[in-house]
Amino acid sequence: MASHGIRDRVAIVGMGCTPFREHWDSSLDDLLIDAHGLALSSAGMVADDIDAYWYGTSQSSASGISLATPLRLADKPVTRVENYCATGSDALRQACYAVASGAYDVAVAIGAEKVKDGGYQGLNAFPIPTDGTNRTLTAAAMFSLILPAYAERYGVDAEELRYVVAKIAEKNHFNGARNELAQFRRETSAEAICEMPAVAGGLSVFDCAGVADGAAAAVVVAADRATDYTDAPLYVKALSLVAGNGSGLVDPEFDFTTLPECAAAAAEAYAQVGITDPRTELAMAEVHDCFTPTELVLMEDLGFCDRGTAWREVLDGTFALDGDLPVNPDGGLKSFGHPVGASGLRMYYEAWLQLRGEAPVERRISTLADRSMALIHNLGGYPGEMVSFVGIVGTELG
Amino acid sequence: MSGSRGILAYGVHLPYNRLARSAIGEVMGSGGGRGHRSVASYDEDTTTMGVEAARRTLAGGVPAPQALWFSTVAPAYLDKTNATVMHAALRLDASVPALDFGGASRSAVGALRTALDGPARTLVVASDIRVSLPTGPEDGGGGDAAVAMLVGCSEDGPLLAGYLGGASTTAEFTDRWRTPGSDHSRNWEDRFGEQAYLPLVRRAWADALAASGLTTDDVAVAAVTGLHARATRKAASGLGVAIAGDRAETVGNAGAAHPALLLADVLDTAQPGDVVALVVLADGCEVLFFRATDALSAGRPERSVADQVAERADVAYARYLAWRGLLQVQPPNRPGPNRTSAPAALRRTDWKHGFVGSTDRTTGITHLPPSRVGISGGTVDDMDPTPMADAIGTVATFTVDRLAHSPSPPVVFAVVDFDGGGRMPIELTDVDPTAVAIGDRVEMTFRRLSTSDGLHNYFWKGRPLRG
Repeated sequence: MASHGIRDRVAIVGMGCTPFREHWDSSLDDLLIDAHGLALSSAGMVADDIDAYWYGTSQSSASGISLATPLRLADKPVTRVENYCATGSDALRQACYAVASGAYDVAVAIGAEKVKDGGYQGLNAFPIPTDGTNRTLTAAAMFSLILPAYAERYGVDAEELRYVVAKIAEKNHFNGARNELAQFRRETSAEAICEMPAVAGGLSVFDCAGVADGAAAAVVVAADRATDYTDAPLYVKALSLVAGNGSGLVDPEFDFTTLPECAAAAAEAYAQVGITDPRTELAMAEVHDCFTPTELVLMEDLGFCDRGTAWREVLDGTFALDGDLPVNPDGGLKSFGHPVGASGLRMYYEAWLQLRGEAPVERRISTLADRSMALIHNLGGYPGEMVSFVGIVGTELG
Repeated sequence: MSGSRGILAYGVHLPYNRLARSAIGEVMGSGGGRGHRSVASYDEDTTTMGVEAARRTLAGGVPAPQALWFSTVAPAYLDKTNATVMHAALRLDASVPALDFGGASRSAVGALRTALDGPARTLVVASDIRVSLPTGPEDGGGGDAAVAMLVGCSEDGPLLAGYLGGASTTAEFTDRWRTPGSDHSRNWEDRFGEQAYLPLVRRAWADALAASGLTTDDVAVAAVTGLHARATRKAASGLGVAIAGDRAETVGNAGAAHPALLLADVLDTAQPGDVVALVVLADGCEVLFFRATDALSAGRPERSVADQVAERADVAYARYLAWRGLLQVQPPNRPGPNRTSAPAALRRTDWKHGFVGSTDRTTGITHLPPSRVGISGGTVDDMDPTPMADAIGTVATFTVDRLAHSPSPPVVFAVVDFDGGGRMPIELTDVDPTAVAIGDRVEMTFRRLSTSDGLHNYFWKGRPLRG
């Protein structure tokens, strides 16, 4: 038994993404209709061309009916996908497998979340009856556990490390300011972020992903038919998903300076493609910067730099738009906003724009001369217990 | 019979928080006084405090109780027995009856007397949270505490204090009363109560001396308490014996728990052979005599009353009022907690109430919560139950969550690695949010996490290891 991957067997031939906003005047259905329409027109298709759907939403609605009804689909299979904040990318993963299997010619993955109708700040989990012993901590607090652990392990001064992660937010705001779809389009400085009151551990509100409504969609076809729809398809090079078993919360060996599920998912993805030095082989990466410490340790878990060095690389600008490896050129969750079920597909949307040379000039990456692949990393859960997705797409076959 | 029964073990829980009485006057313009009162934290109730006192009582390897009797005037539940929560937290066998003695503060000393008179090895727990309206007599004068005493006979193990006998008087008169549903009691003018109580005390004292064959000269010290302060003072001064300190300055009057608290405080320092009297003014008078034994010095609890008086953090008056529900505070703009699922709680009662994990027989890895499948693989259902409530742990990393819903934000949270194995990410309590650090040592304490739909959610938290 083994994992084989489906390298170069399917391709993305159309994508769409709504603005990520507090869409007070748009319903979930509106967002789904808009993202679907953008993706189909991008592929030059109409609804009848689509054979099957994978619909990702974390908790905005349930079942395939909640996509089939607003789109008034006629006798189409729709699978609802939920995998925490990795929902959108997992919907794409399943659509890709469906096409690769030959079961369908054309599949759509669509993800959406309507989070701003609830009346509470932040994201709130659907209540499941329990024995009352489960944690009730916010996600911000769970991810803030990384900072003291990282400072201790690598001997980094706590205040300096706080500044380092604020620099990550500064970078993502810089990029998001150049993205008209992003929720937050104002630059901010690490110094200003450090001045803000802490809400969870050392983190301020500006260390947290934006909370936004939005939707994104991708059209997937077999690779050998991709150029029927577009001159510049994105070939699916790797799809990798790891659902953690929660051992980090049980095992004292886990030290909260790493997200092992992400490292494992990345290793699997790199193996599917044959990547050995992601920092120089990838043109860009979209990573799940739900909180600033997450992006810090992801730089190490995804193999972009050595353990214990990410904090220096951040200060050196390695992951800036003009750095060695641009990370989150669209502003990331931090600035683009995080409609849970849509985020994974939103990451693909940036790869779609950048690798095809369609990103606006002011945020265009400059690594494409000799590189043609982008990494998408999407996670759900918390340090110690998470699902992690890593996908790689490229403009070249082989 | 009476000579062979007595106290096998005892333990006290004083909450970590104190209210400086001067803080009351600063806010209200009146009320207050000198010293401090003890304050149950927002996550404590009479049940959780009782659990803590009982854990300390049973910590020394004494035999398990054959019955658990719990007394309080401030029960967490009516209809539903509160002692069953303690029964579960202490992991007592299902054959051990757990009963509440509720209603009046007198029930607590009555339960102690009845246990001393009865045949069974009985864990008698008294717990109270004393509340008045702001500036009322128990706002500053009350105290919160719980005390447990394991009562049995000398065949059960060495008695720390033998029961010599006692006497009781009872009378119906109106001094202090509270209607069900009210959170504070009311009083008749205290000169009336004083004249009603004093003859009852004199008669009970004389009857008790006669019943136990003692004279006043035999009595080394008397602990005298009651909710009527003036009558209690007068009664004490009329006994003609040395009177034990009443902890008014440092704890306040802990109501139903105060008789056992003062008895424990005396036993903390009594010499072998000392005759100790407990005199309780409560709708009559209860007098009980004990003689400290040679076993007392070796059998005392690890933390004395004095030790716990010394461990404290002051709480602001407004925060105290909020904890008691006397001042409403804006909650975080987050959904409140769900009510606990009764079937889920019953399925996992060993975990939820007993803090029992599981240890993999093959790998030796302790799993918290207990797991049927080990994190390192191996055979399914190949684990041994592992009680962890008494384990000490170390903070591996931590955070302070100012966004999460809590009855008293912020939530302080740490990943705790236990000595001898096992990890638990868990909330900390009785802790200064600015003083947590990696490497801090932590012990476990039974707390009330939240209340939803009238259902209390009990579970364990960590707290800094002190003393």
